[in-house]
Amino acid sequence: MAAAPKSNDVKTEARPLEAAAIAKDVLFTAILAFIILGPILGLKTFAISGSLALEQRWGLVAVFAAIAAAGRLAYHLLVWQKPQARPSKAASASFLPAISFGKYLVPVVLILAIALPFLPGVDRRVVDLAILILTYIMLGWGLNIVVGLAGLLDLGYVAFYAVGAYAYALLATIYLPAWFGDGIVPWAFFITLPIAGILAALWGVILGFPVLRLRGDYLAIVTLAFGEIVRVILINWSDFTGGPAGIGGIPRPSFFGLPFTDGEGGFAAFFGLDFKPIHRIIFLYYVILVLALLTNFVTMRLRRLPVGRAWEALREDEIACRSLGINTTSTKLTAFAIGAMFAGFAGSFFATRQGFVSPESFVFLESFIILAVVVLGGLGSQIGVVIAAIVIIGAFEVFRELNFLKAVMPAGFDPVQYRMLAVGAALVLIMRWKPRGFVTRREPSVVLKEKKAISTDLVAEGHG
Amino acid sequence: MEYFLQQLINGITLGSIYGLIAIGYTMVYGIIGMINFAHGDVFMVGGFVSLIAIVALGVTGGSGFFPIILALVLVVFIAMIIASAYNWTIERVAYRPLRGSFRLAPLISAIGMSIVLQEFVRIAQDGRPKPLQPIVTGGYEIMSREAAQGEFIVRLSNMQIFIIITTLILMAVFTAVITRTSLGRAQRSCEQDMKMASLLGIDINRTISITFIMGAALAAVAGLMFFLYYGVTDFYVGFLAGIKAFTAAVLGGIGSIPGAMIGGLIIGLIEVFWSAYFSIEYKDVAAFAMLAAVLIFLPQGILGKPEIEKV
Repeated sequence: MAAAPKSNDVKTEARPLEAAAIAKDVLFTAILAFIILGPILGLKTFAISGSLALEQRWGLVAVFAAIAAAGRLAYHLLVWQKPQARPSKAASASFLPAISFGKYLVPVVLILAIALPFLPGVDRRVVDLAILILTYIMLGWGLNIVVGLAGLLDLGYVAFYAVGAYAYALLATIYLPAWFGDGIVPWAFFITLPIAGILAALWGVILGFPVLRLRGDYLAIVTLAFGEIVRVILINWSDFTGGPAGIGGIPRPSFFGLPFTDGEGGFAAFFGLDFKPIHRIIFLYYVILVLALLTNFVTMRLRRLPVGRAWEALREDEIACRSLGINTTSTKLTAFAIGAMFAGFAGSFFATRQGFVSPESFVFLESFIILAVVVLGGLGSQIGVVIAAIVIIGAFEVFRELNFLKAVMPAGFDPVQYRMLAVGAALVLIMRWKPRGFVTRREPSVVLKEKKAISTDLVAEGHG
Repeated sequence: MEYFLQQLINGITLGSIYGLIAIGYTMVYGIIGMINFAHGDVFMVGGFVSLIAIVALGVTGGSGFFPIILALVLVVFIAMIIASAYNWTIERVAYRPLRGSFRLAPLISAIGMSIVLQEFVRIAQDGRPKPLQPIVTGGYEIMSREAAQGEFIVRLSNMQIFIIITTLILMAVFTAVITRTSLGRAQRSCEQDMKMASLLGIDINRTISITFIMGAALAAVAGLMFFLYYGVTDFYVGFLAGIKAFTAAVLGGIGSIPGAMIGGLIIGLIEVFWSAYFSIEYKDVAAFAMLAAVLIFLPQGILGKPEIEKV
């Protein structure tokens, strides 16, 4: 243990290290990696005739230990040994042109998003993936209100998503037909959407009210507990929610009353088109695009209202807020409720797209992915969420198809298996090296006379 | 009465395990003021390492008294060392560089680390639950009663005795380390005022590292016992057990080590009695609701000091 270098001192100033010390440290890294990886990775347990046996994979451990040691060595030689000026000045300067770049980026992405289903070479799979990504973008934007703007770490966000999904599933399959007759079913989605949003917001208030006095990390773990409570109730309250089996047969959305079916009265027949199943997918795509853009629009507008500014002020300093007369409870509650409302919308959409909901879809891992989208993109950054969602959700689907990966890696290698591992590691690394996420620049919400860029080093990290 | 007694025994057993995990949370929180979200997963890793060590050593329930005791002692040490290596590395990689970063940074990093550990074990050992034949078998009948459905026997198994005795020994050793040694003094001083402690010549980084190592060692023992008690483990056990142990730490008063033990016992008893008398499906809801209730109504815990918010 004594051999470990004090990495903190070394990073800021170049300090020549003895070759022997480096060798010792690299050896220590290799041994540590071996100890850590040895048992879990090197000895795989498998069931054999009622008991367990071990499969030895020491080669694998040695490879990873060697990689760790080589990484450490490279770090020593390339990073710590180099006399370096802190590069932050140069980095922040290079972000300044990003303003004009960002000005064109947003419309281009928007036009691309609108035209996507009609671009050549775009088939059903691509549109499906785009729908999935947009769902996460919407959830990310919704959570961004809570985490990014108000600074409340919500680990149970998926509970509100579940409320929205179950609200639509139950209303559309049981209650609306029972109350208004079957004729209502094609309209169910559009009727339920606001209801689902309101219900989710209500749940946000109910769950938020008792816990919002808590400090940041306590709040996080309580919201996590609430998220789990909702899931356990969904599993066990079988009479109402269908239990672990969930609810199936949820009506698909219709084009404002025109079902996407072949034949008379369908969408295709009404507009004189040939019937294609992809019409429904494209319609779904536009629904989620509109919902996501709505989320973004509302967020951007709210940020300019007093309540939005109060959120951001609250994130920076709660005590200062209180002494300036901001009602912190109601400010936090609005953030919680509005964030929850968008999750409710997204949940409704999820239910209608899948046609099936079950508690399996609303586990903690889902909350974690949404949080990762927000954190990796950059807390409080709207465009960052888009980039992070595309990277996290989209990239791995693409990896699956890459042929050279299949050629290099052993048989049965499925990159999707490693997705959460990579996302978890990315969360740690981004907190360490780039706590403001992929997109470090923040557009100021309110400006006096002229817009000034807030570059990274003008604000303390994570406080912008 | 007999049923109650049996549940009491079960509750104390489970509570001892939660208490051991809770100590790791409470010490880390006491010193650096963050929830080590990955602690539950270190506990899981400890359980997995024990499982692998037991399979590698080839002990079974029929190995005889002394070989089993010997093997268990060996397994405990292996699990402690490896879990400590894990927690030490986690602290170095994921938490130490973030001291002085913004408020939520260590917590987010910890959540990432927790997922990394879970996914690593899931990928390396596949996701299926790993069952093992009981190793510590047998037990004592304390009481029996003729009931309508047949005889009801109150049983104290050897496994439960093993768990309770191990916990007591660890607690005694641990309390002695904290109260009697210079290391414990350094830890207590860091907890009170880290800046002042460093001015007075205490190596803070070393003290924090050792705190993580001690917490992990206790969690590893808890992992071994949890896994032996239930006879099965998987990569996900750390999540629930971690939340419950954290609840125990908060309930006992965060930063207080006897508090963590008391909190653990209370949470274990609540869980067992809730399952026994109300509904087993909602036992986790009971624990989560307990967490929320404690944080809302008794945030300083039973033995903790009330927190003063300084401007």
